[in-house]
Amino acid sequence: MGLGIETRHRIARRAALEIKKGMIVNLGIGIPTLVADYIEQDLHIMLHTENGILGMGGSPQPGTEDGNLSNAGGYPVSIQPGASYFDSATAFGIIRKGLLDVTILGALEVSERGDIANWIVPGKRVPGMGGAIDLAQKAKKVIILMNHTDKYGNPKIVSNCSLPLTVREGADMIITEKAVFHCEEGKLYLREIMSPYTVEDVIQTTGASIVVDEQISVFQ
Amino acid sequence: MTNGVDKQISLESASAYFHNGMSLMIGGFGGVGAPPTLVNLILEKDIKDIFLISNDTGFPWIGPGKLITEKRVKKLIASHIGSNPEAGKQMQEGSLKVEFVPQGTLAEKIRAGGMGLGGILVDVGLGTVVGANKDKVTVGNKEYMIEPALTADVALVYAKKADRYGNLIYDKSARNTNPLVATAGQITIAEVEEIVPVGSLDPEEIVTPGVFVDYIIQSKGVDWKWVWELKQGTGSQEGQPSK
Repeated sequence: MGLGIETRHRIARRAALEIKKGMIVNLGIGIPTLVADYIEQDLHIMLHTENGILGMGGSPQPGTEDGNLSNAGGYPVSIQPGASYFDSATAFGIIRKGLLDVTILGALEVSERGDIANWIVPGKRVPGMGGAIDLAQKAKKVIILMNHTDKYGNPKIVSNCSLPLTVREGADMIITEKAVFHCEEGKLYLREIMSPYTVEDVIQTTGASIVVDEQISVFQ
Repeated sequence: MTNGVDKQISLESASAYFHNGMSLMIGGFGGVGAPPTLVNLILEKDIKDIFLISNDTGFPWIGPGKLITEKRVKKLIASHIGSNPEAGKQMQEGSLKVEFVPQGTLAEKIRAGGMGLGGILVDVGLGTVVGANKDKVTVGNKEYMIEPALTADVALVYAKKADRYGNLIYDKSARNTNPLVATAGQITIAEVEEIVPVGSLDPEEIVTPGVFVDYIIQSKGVDWKWVWELKQGTGSQEGQPSK
């Protein structure tokens, strides 16, 4: 990934602010998983997993793991009071019907209109889409957490995605180590940057048109 | 076909339903809830040229992933192969033909097959490569893809408990695709942790009615290490165990 642990956690901490009381939330693999660490208990969030849990809890104590109780990545989890287990068709019925308030995903590229590419690099990496298309197309709010640039320093936020799309105009927010973007009405708005970066840094390393707000806040 | 009220059979009898070139559905998600004993039986009986339908290909040494590693699969329908590099390698080499389906759509195609439907109408993936070359239909001013139902010659599932009629109860998140797969086989065989007498399960708690299940076999349990066990134990990122 290239981002230090502290930076990854800062991105996760910022994303957690988008999660409000009582929401149904699905967290993807990677930085999105870290968001769970920053969700306040008293918000009574119900975490949803594609493999069939609503009300997932944190990692169990070492030695108490259960091979048949895991998240979608196959790692052991616990459950919260009020949790339920269900089959995969129901897990995706919850998504497809629009019952997920927020999904937080990683991405390879996001366009200024909110197009997301996150499941295939043709000829190189072809892991399959898993549940990414269902999630990105159907969750009420789609938040992308990712590095601002790829490992060669190329922007990942671009005018048009070069990779096959996961969804058109699906992203509502993009949070990177440098900035927080809002995708609204086909445009990308910058209202918040991540310490210690500047608006100039962000503009120079973004490959898309950005509408920069007059008031820019800084997330520490 | 059922064999009265006692559907338990031996592994040897179960293997009679396997054949080269069979279409095969296997329950499980990342190998969790995949039937370990039945997967090993396919390997032991040297069944090959399998057309596999599964949510994913597990890990190279876990669940249906073993069938990939041992090169028993020639065609695959799945949502994801990312945790099994061997599947990716065979796909790039051209020895494994892979069709990717969005996870929710795949689950629903299997469910449709099990419920006697011809297919489903779904809009997930419209406007992406998923929607290319699909038949489409407009219902109530909304466009949908027509996704045909999926069934298989043989469906293999894993359950926590069965009575001898084949009524099944699953275990936590090991339920996943199993109740769907259980309905979609011409022959469905359930691998079960605990087999109990007919009448001892509460009808309210049964997830899969036994009418969908042709045979049950006694599980020998999971014979692989989970990824998190390997990482915990050794600090290794992979460390594939010997068989």
